[in-house]
Amino acid sequence: MGRYVIRRLLQMIPVFIGSTFLIFFMVYALGDPVSALFGDRAPDPATAAQIRHDLYLDHSLGAQYLHYMKNIFTGDFGTAFSGESVIDLMKHAFPVTIRLTIVAILFEIVIGIAFGVITGMKRGKPVDTGVLLLTLVVISVPTFVTGYVLQYIFGVQLKWTASSVSPSAPFNELILPGLVLALVSLAYVTRLTRTSIAENTRADYVRTAVAKGLPRRRVITRHLLRNSLIPVVTFIGTDIGALMGGAIVTERIFNIHGVGYNLYQGILRNNSPTVVGFVTVLVLVFLVANLLVDLLYAVLDPRIRYA
Amino acid sequence: MRGATRVMWAVGVTAVALSATACGGGTSGGSSSGGGGGIVRASWGDPQNPLEPANTNEVQGGKVLDMIFRGLKKYDPKTAKAENMIAQSITTSDSQNYDIKLKSGWTFSNGQPVNADSFINAWNYDALLKNAQLNASFFSYIDGYAKVHPDAAGATPSATTLSGLQKVSDLEFKVRLNQKFSLWPDTLGYSAFYPLPQSFFTDHAGWLKKPIGNGPYEISSYTKGTGMNLRKWSGYKGPDPAQNNGVDLRVYTDNNTAYTDLQAGNLDLVDDIPANQLKNVKSDLGSRYINEPAGIIQTISFPLYSSRWSSAKSAMVRQGLSMAINRQQITQQIFQNTRTPATDWTSPVLGDAGGYKSGLCGAECTYNPTKAKQLVQQGGGLPGGKITISYNADTGSHKEWIDAVCNSINNSLGNNNACVGAPIGTFADFRNKVTNKQLNNPFRAGWQMDYPLIQDFLQPQYYTNASSNDAHYSSPQFDKLANQANAESDSAKAVSTWQDAERQLVKDMPAIPLWYQNGSAGYSTNLSNVLLNPFSVPVYNEIKVK
Repeated sequence: MGRYVIRRLLQMIPVFIGSTFLIFFMVYALGDPVSALFGDRAPDPATAAQIRHDLYLDHSLGAQYLHYMKNIFTGDFGTAFSGESVIDLMKHAFPVTIRLTIVAILFEIVIGIAFGVITGMKRGKPVDTGVLLLTLVVISVPTFVTGYVLQYIFGVQLKWTASSVSPSAPFNELILPGLVLALVSLAYVTRLTRTSIAENTRADYVRTAVAKGLPRRRVITRHLLRNSLIPVVTFIGTDIGALMGGAIVTERIFNIHGVGYNLYQGILRNNSPTVVGFVTVLVLVFLVANLLVDLLYAVLDPRIRYA
Repeated sequence: MRGATRVMWAVGVTAVALSATACGGGTSGGSSSGGGGGIVRASWGDPQNPLEPANTNEVQGGKVLDMIFRGLKKYDPKTAKAENMIAQSITTSDSQNYDIKLKSGWTFSNGQPVNADSFINAWNYDALLKNAQLNASFFSYIDGYAKVHPDAAGATPSATTLSGLQKVSDLEFKVRLNQKFSLWPDTLGYSAFYPLPQSFFTDHAGWLKKPIGNGPYEISSYTKGTGMNLRKWSGYKGPDPAQNNGVDLRVYTDNNTAYTDLQAGNLDLVDDIPANQLKNVKSDLGSRYINEPAGIIQTISFPLYSSRWSSAKSAMVRQGLSMAINRQQITQQIFQNTRTPATDWTSPVLGDAGGYKSGLCGAECTYNPTKAKQLVQQGGGLPGGKITISYNADTGSHKEWIDAVCNSINNSLGNNNACVGAPIGTFADFRNKVTNKQLNNPFRAGWQMDYPLIQDFLQPQYYTNASSNDAHYSSPQFDKLANQANAESDSAKAVSTWQDAERQLVKDMPAIPLWYQNGSAGYSTNLSNVLLNPFSVPVYNEIKVK
């Protein structure tokens, strides 16, 4: 078990280096950021050269990458053009996005799995068809449409919530954005759970449990659901990374100053330290989430062992 | 079950580690909500650069600087005329040596006095190459600039202070320029020329965290990337104190959200109405929607360095293209009249006295498809039979109007392949291509004035080798008239000489004027007396809160 975790952690190192390398080169390929700083005015060569020197942009690409990686290992993620260190930006952004992701994941788990169980147990009944139809609608409507529509209905017309999220972004303000963010994944979770449940209701161990005379609730939660959750957990686990990095649209609509906002700003301004720094941390989150998923398998299904 | 418990334990530890990071920064932000107590809640964009006066060249940072600073002069929000603020008098006998006297009693909000040193030290800092200030070139008229800021890349300065600045007393200093420039005092309202307190030099990092100025507001809290709270500075003794108790600026990444927040009552002032709301904005806001001319002009500029555009006859092609564009139709249909067809190379905000002359471009900027076709043919046709117009695709939604301009040209010339838009991925890449002379076809250009002077619209863009002469236009006649205008001691004469120089542009057409851009804003019922200044920025200190 311990050896398995260590092996997985060691595997993360090449993935980490490879992904930062790719991102660094891709951001670099977008071009020289310095002239954009001057707006529509042509930069004077001396000032531009001085800025390039200050930002370490006057070295070769390879040297820049080594310099950047060296700094990362000393905990220095570089400085954004606005003069703030990327670490400070992360300190503001990640807690906000993590809270948003938690809300979204909770929606996925609670509503998604509940719907999945209900529809899986009542296959072919009106409930099943209704929910399936609903998931189809949710999956096919793009996030920015649901986002703007829900924001307008609940924020402007009904005034149940604020139409945008305040800078401190407490949990209660993140309910609507979290729901918008979760909607598409929620529909997938419902469908995954439904299929899995439907398949396992015919399994031998479920029939055995029913034959033993166990109460129906216990059969569903302990025997049926637990064994049906493996594909769902895989999906939710990988979704954590996707939600954190992919919240750009939702964060823009609700003006949440999280990871997506910083990435957007960084890309728009060709600010390589911001983009590479944030994506690097996202890569780590993704890797850790995947490890957690694999470990959870063993909890859900005792037949799975890691050596 | 042993295996399972151990897995549980491993999962638990990792989960705890994750949640710890989640809680670590739980108390981020810090902007207060709620608009009570006479506070204006306004939309904002994250400033691109640190908030130093000479390092801020975009509107969002400029907004804050204009609230917390006052300079030698200030531009009247209505007439755009430069009026003395801290300056008691600025006098000259030869348009080259200036004597600046300051009013007494001005202080920064930390108590340090505003005196001649505040200006001299600030300007020396701003101009010095080592400090890499984006607006350093504004000091290039001052004698000794070449020494503190040599132009070539990699050069080192041979002096640290501008030799043209000389302190006389605490309230008086002299400035010697390296050329005659009669309108120079009127440039001094620009934010690059603001004074700086002693604390800027003694504790630079601390100052950047919370800038200190001498204006009607002081910064009470500033969270970078999120927002800034400004409060009325009770010690302000200038003639234009704040009419409200403060301004809370909130960063929005999406102007649609800011607009929604205005409708929902979470925000009082939006100074960027999203393009797709322009149709509804009048019914949504009624008289609380402002749409006023601003000192911004959009043009299509030509790479005159390219062999495609350098021949003598190609000026006719450019004039023809200008006449092929139906400006009226595009400004109505695409911009919902938030832009006005341009008939010269300046802006209406200058006013007639300031040098704006409606119709100066004449027939060459008036839609006339038959004449357009003729001129293009006389000029030898479009180079290579077709042109493209380059623009950046990432910000500013230029695609729509570029396509409309191309359509207009195609219709006028009766050739569906005459013109097509050429998007370039990012603004940075676009600007690199422009400044490195890599374009062979026309490209979009925009000019936002730094100070309301005709000189600022013409000299930086069309004088030979000037800082923003992206077309690399060079006309001895234009340069001669420009020099004459700058040396003219009478400002009315200087303006009319500048207009003579501008007439040269009609002949050579280095850039096609398209339209003047308006500033737009909307505000809630909580506010009154909201107006936009010629830079399309709300005049925050005049806003009254109910």
